[in-house]
Amino acid sequence: MKTDTDVLIAGGGLNGPALALALAGAGLTVTVVDAQPARARADAAFDGRAYALAIASKRLLEAVGLWSGLADKVQPMTAVKASDGRPGEGPSPFFLDFQSAELEEGPVGYMLEDRHLYAAFLEAMQANPRITHIPATSVIAQEPLAAGIAVILSDGQTLTARLLVGADGRRSGVAERAGITRSGWGYGQTALVAAIAHERPHGGVAQQFFMPSGPLAILPLTGNRSSIVWSEADEAAKTIAALDDAAFLEVLRPRFGDFLGAISLCGPRFMYPLNLTLANAYTAPRIALIGDAAHGVHPIAGQGLNLGLRDVAALAEVLAEAKRRGEDIGAADVLERYQQWRRFDSTTLALGMDSVNRLFSNDNPLLRAGRDLGMGVVQAIPALRRGFMRQAAGLSAGPFGKLPRLLAGRPL
Amino acid sequence: MTAASPNTVDPAEVAKFEAMAAEWWDPNGKFRPLHLMNPCRLDYITRQIAAEFGRDLTSEAPFAGLRLLDIGCGGGLLAEPMARLGATVVGADAAPRNIPVAQLHAEQSGLQIDYRHTTAEALAAAGEQFDVVLNMEVVEHVASPLDYLTACRQLLKPGGLMVCSTLNRNAKSFMMAIVGAEWVMRWLPKGTHDWAKFITPDELYGLLRQAGLDPVDRQGMVFNPLGWSWSLSPRDLSVNYVTTSVKRA
Repeated sequence: MKTDTDVLIAGGGLNGPALALALAGAGLTVTVVDAQPARARADAAFDGRAYALAIASKRLLEAVGLWSGLADKVQPMTAVKASDGRPGEGPSPFFLDFQSAELEEGPVGYMLEDRHLYAAFLEAMQANPRITHIPATSVIAQEPLAAGIAVILSDGQTLTARLLVGADGRRSGVAERAGITRSGWGYGQTALVAAIAHERPHGGVAQQFFMPSGPLAILPLTGNRSSIVWSEADEAAKTIAALDDAAFLEVLRPRFGDFLGAISLCGPRFMYPLNLTLANAYTAPRIALIGDAAHGVHPIAGQGLNLGLRDVAALAEVLAEAKRRGEDIGAADVLERYQQWRRFDSTTLALGMDSVNRLFSNDNPLLRAGRDLGMGVVQAIPALRRGFMRQAAGLSAGPFGKLPRLLAGRPL
Repeated sequence: MTAASPNTVDPAEVAKFEAMAAEWWDPNGKFRPLHLMNPCRLDYITRQIAAEFGRDLTSEAPFAGLRLLDIGCGGGLLAEPMARLGATVVGADAAPRNIPVAQLHAEQSGLQIDYRHTTAEALAAAGEQFDVVLNMEVVEHVASPLDYLTACRQLLKPGGLMVCSTLNRNAKSFMMAIVGAEWVMRWLPKGTHDWAKFITPDELYGLLRQAGLDPVDRQGMVFNPLGWSWSLSPRDLSVNYVTTSVKRA
């Protein structure tokens, strides 16, 4: 059968467009079906959302041709400081201090606002002749065929593709319709996200305070601004979210500390209940899952998008290789290569972040002493510290010892 | 083999594969080992063809204009990728039951492939000519390798290229291909291979030259049990290996 497009991607957030660009670069035709309307372009006002991009993610954006247009909009992170603390007491004397000089590859990561990243993806997709972007439309049904898959869209049209990719988030309809079940649990925690303006420059340093009720991350944005990801127990978070801006800041101040001088809000506040949801399979006949559809993780350390882009890099490489060999890109054995490559890596990372959060979101004095000591030990051993950093930066290969080409900044 | 029988196919071998024909396209079925090995074989074949004929594998239909014969095509595991890359493909198999299986699957895939129940010798006798002949894991199953390879040479146009893979004959290949693959892993039915018919790389180079071909490359195909995948190795030809030869213009 001849299909309308090689790959149909359900989901136009960030992973979907990244995959579309990578696949189009490898000569495949791609249709991106996005349930959301195409948002306003680069002139949109800052809406408070931002991402911490690992080095490997930056390389992928370079490889798909997006980085040069974003380079003047990012805030490099020169160091990450992690410390244990209790409100009013300040950080403990033991803290982890990751300096980018130890990575020998420039900054440890980059902060980038959603409005810039999304606009860059949208523009690049619209400029690419191999990509068809269908906004404000969703996939409502799918049916695998012998040599492809038929997909029905909410506007009534039917499209056929060799492969359907579910990039449709942690409540993935693609996965659900394919009968892929999920495992996971809630954390009883909710993340409060906001952008903060402060008096003094952050110097590019990201801070992670591990508080008994949950971590507070302070991530440097351009100028004297930072993005905070503040996790609290569900009930407390609800109470804090209901406060007006002035009262919100009053509760934040003792946690945030005064190291950046006076603070104020500079954008809307968001609230995300934290949960872990792992798809029990990453593939089904003619279907592959990427990003949160495959693994919705705790957003600690900003690994959600970075993990998704690792899926993008691996799937794009598997499909590009299959195309060069003349293989059917949606065949079960091709998809199995993607699943094998990604599944172990993302599950261990998801569970790793889960246990870090459980360890640190705790006021047990023994645990507190233990993790203070642990952080002191990690801090004292440069090799261990560099290992932690390389893993977080996405620079170390997965358990199969093969880093996807795009994450190493190489073309497919 | 008598002069009256120009067919070098061993009937007992053909019957064994016929029994397995319907399973060809199940990646987790009886042909799982072939499916696992296929990416490695395709990497080798596509790169050799691209190098010989100056084609760019990242372009659309890089093999357009090339006439290609896949001998022992089975269910079409190699023929379909070659057609997808733009080649005009003839798939030949001595087992009649493979032909409808392969035809049906090619139709489902939207590919035009000329599958025929025939042999290399019959095609050569009919004067058929090809730019590329794929001769993968066949030579260890034929009654007379030299007669068979001579027929393959006749099928090539001057300047044409043949890729030929088989199994080495040594203690390790006996352990891996017979004891391992057939007896322990049950990847292949017992008796799929006759170890005594395996051919060493030097023997194969000798046979290819005797048949009038010019061998130009050989590489090992090595199974990695950790990654559960195959890869090419220029050094380790101890079990599975693949060769390229050309018919000088």
